Amino acid sequence: MKALCWYGTNDVRIARVPDPRILNPRDAIVKVTLTAICGSDLHLLDGFIPTMKRGDILGHEFMGEVVDVGPENTKLKVGDRVVVPFTIACGRCYFCERQLWSACDNSNPNAWMLEELYGFSGSGLFGYSHMMGGYAGGQAEYVRVPFADVGPYKIPDGVSDEQVLFLSDIFPTGYMAAENCGITPGDTIAVWGCGPVGQFCIASAWLLGAGRVIAIDREPERLRMAADRGKAEVIDLTSTNVYEALKDMTGGRGPDACIDAVGLEAHGNTIGDWYDKAKTATMMATDRLGALRQAIHCCRKGGTVSIPGVYGGLLDKMPMGAAFGKGLTMRMGQTHVHRYLPELMQRIQRGEIDPSYVITHRLRLEDAPNAYKTFRDKEDGCIKVVLRP
Amino acid sequence: MNMELTFPEDAREGRVRSNRNLSGFERWASIVAGAGIAAYGVSRLNKNGWLYASIGGLLLRRGATAHCDVYEAFGVNTAGDAGDTRAKLRGPRGVNVLESVTINRSIDELYRFWRNLENLPQFMRHLESVEKVTDTISHWKAKGPAGSVVEWDAEIHNEVPPKLIGWRSLQGADVVSAGSVNFDNAGPGRGTRVTVHLQYSPPGGKVGAKIARLFGRDAETEIREDLRRFKQLIEAGEVPTTAGQPRG
Repeated sequence: MKALCWYGTNDVRIARVPDPRILNPRDAIVKVTLTAICGSDLHLLDGFIPTMKRGDILGHEFMGEVVDVGPENTKLKVGDRVVVPFTIACGRCYFCERQLWSACDNSNPNAWMLEELYGFSGSGLFGYSHMMGGYAGGQAEYVRVPFADVGPYKIPDGVSDEQVLFLSDIFPTGYMAAENCGITPGDTIAVWGCGPVGQFCIASAWLLGAGRVIAIDREPERLRMAADRGKAEVIDLTSTNVYEALKDMTGGRGPDACIDAVGLEAHGNTIGDWYDKAKTATMMATDRLGALRQAIHCCRKGGTVSIPGVYGGLLDKMPMGAAFGKGLTMRMGQTHVHRYLPELMQRIQRGEIDPSYVITHRLRLEDAPNAYKTFRDKEDGCIKVVLRP
Repeated sequence: MNMELTFPEDAREGRVRSNRNLSGFERWASIVAGAGIAAYGVSRLNKNGWLYASIGGLLLRRGATAHCDVYEAFGVNTAGDAGDTRAKLRGPRGVNVLESVTINRSIDELYRFWRNLENLPQFMRHLESVEKVTDTISHWKAKGPAGSVVEWDAEIHNEVPPKLIGWRSLQGADVVSAGSVNFDNAGPGRGTRVTVHLQYSPPGGKVGAKIARLFGRDAETEIREDLRRFKQLIEAGEVPTTAGQPRG
């Protein structure tokens, strides 16, 4: 089959690889009908995530048709149309039972690697480095899905691939970020980063009862989407002092909750941003945290900072004093996708939201290497790429 | 009432005796040779003389204490108590490992699974097989260094269902070992805490164990990964893997 493989920093290619097969009794094989490039895939392209190996198949947002099931998988049948959570969960451990699916104890074959780094290991992920399990991803014609009696969600009739694909990651990720804000009716929510996750943070904040949503970015077409489709007020950080603007917009109080939908590769113009760029470029730091610093700085007293943006390592110049001084609550983590799938599927079926509006580029799998670069460099108004194998 | 006390002198004597790893013949050979070499060195009174005197002194000490550091490092013992499990594992000898994992299953289920020792090779990667001989005695086969197979008999010598199983190798084992597994209720809805305590005298001695550690296969890591596989097998019904998946 054809698959998008990682060969090093800035080097992803389409390669011919063997078809996947059932390896464990609860596995299934899914023929991918639609897949996407995630903003977090760009961290792999840019070489920010350690423990990648040459030839790893990428992709953790995908859906398709079941073509084979393992002997212990009684839930799925060949022919089922499914969308697959990017977090892999066994469904039977302490954490899965408590709906903390991305903290699954049993799905990461390389758990010891993350234990060295983080103390404990979260769940395995598709196509996202060997410390996250080393599972082959879904930017391919076929993919093996472990614990497929727990993860894959059967798609009801009447909804298109494009409408449900983002249930695999970014829609639940934005939704969980908004839920983590603990929104009470009328709250003002500020969202840093208007990429696809940011767009779903905006949409989800409305769904959960926000009174105002303010979106912050530096790319005109992303701000336009946030305003037009997301109905958010927008701040262009290249021309505006974000802190002053937010203060003015909230009567001097600050947003009730701030969402960092940017993560470890923040681009900004402050002294702190240049400091981060210098340190990460010289391997003296792992993450750039301009967006997070600003979110903490701008948040009102007693407010919440919610972090769906990915961080991987150690953060430098983290304004812990501001977070403490204002008594902030901080919530974060990989998305517990399984928890949100049924509810969000229903919202799509009821017509409350059609997540396909974030798609700007519809391409073939073969186009993936170029699409990665277009997406990273934000050329051609690129916000979200979907690929059809 | 028995009010027996342990006197410090006894404790020190016990430690010295447990350190002993030379046979009587070797002790005296060390003392005689050491004294000779030291006397020769002292009589020379030049730079090489000091070297001979030092070597002689070390040999004298080796003989006097009946303890050889080099033997200890390589797990060699000529003192004649090598076959005895208790002697081999006493005090600082052998490798000592304690690892623990919490499993989302009942204490009874876990106890039953473990008590059937023939199940152990399903998750203990270095074991090839465990065969039941009697209810408490079993025959163990494990992968040794450089593709060899080591075998031994072990007995369950302590058992408190469903909380504790203790076992130890019998006389004449290739790998002298003893171990126990404890099962504790971790609280309502919190599963069972499984704690494994393992002691063994490694092939190749402590130096062998240290070299193994350099290559990432030290005993603690092995047991931790074994327990992880135990948990995965019991909870998820399978051990997660990527072996055999496609790559570019």
